[in-house]
Amino acid sequence: MRYITPRKAAQGLGPAHSGTSHHWAMTVSSCALILLTPAFLLVIGTAIGLPREAVIAYFGRPYPGLVTALFVIVGMIHFIKGTRIMIDDYFQDTARKVAIIVSVIFGWGVIAAAVFALAKMAFITVAI
Amino acid sequence: MADVNRGNRPLSPHLQVYKLPVAAVTSILTRITGHALVAGILLVVWWLVGAVSGPGAFAAADWVVRSWLGFLILAGSAWALWYHTLAGIRHLFYDALIGLEIESSRKSSWAVIVGSVVLTLFTLILFFIG
Repeated sequence: MRYITPRKAAQGLGPAHSGTSHHWAMTVSSCALILLTPAFLLVIGTAIGLPREAVIAYFGRPYPGLVTALFVIVGMIHFIKGTRIMIDDYFQDTARKVAIIVSVIFGWGVIAAAVFALAKMAFITVAI
Repeated sequence: MADVNRGNRPLSPHLQVYKLPVAAVTSILTRITGHALVAGILLVVWWLVGAVSGPGAFAAADWVVRSWLGFLILAGSAWALWYHTLAGIRHLFYDALIGLEIESSRKSSWAVIVGSVVLTLFTLILFFIG
């Protein structure tokens, strides 16, 4: 038994029953990405074209590694939450649920792959 | 109501003949560029994983990155990234109730389009010179 009025239970949540948390998460991640986007473009622009050993040594350094890790992590979380809105708009019922699950698994898969590669580069670079 | 002919009357404004205002075009492009960016991030992450997987894996990914297809994906991603960034900044202003009038949203639409092209050209020039 919940000792609150129906109005109190619904207040601030809106028709989606989740309030504005999604919108706020997109606002915060978009602000972070405004800073990360130019930084990442400079990093990746420097790295493309280098031989393999130089690529590993470059991303093994703190700044290129951190910028790339943050860009992929924040970018893919922004992507998962962004595709959710698209999925809610165009898919219904089971197709919608499957699309959301695929989007979340895919997004975290990309994050894990990038973080693993960058971590390994950092460890290789420390070793040499 | 009963004598309304529902069979062959024209539908207007029909989507196929309706000329979208520039603000509507820039709005849908925000969603399209955001989703299309998945191609660029996949290529870059594949390339990074290839670098730590071994010389063969890196050579394969690096060959694609340096190919004309790789250039198309990365240059396209650079534009999509700048476009989505500028359109996103505009959304932050919209959230602050700035620029919501029809005329200012029309102007900012053109600013986003022109700005994204200029920033992409600047990025490519910097990449090939620097």
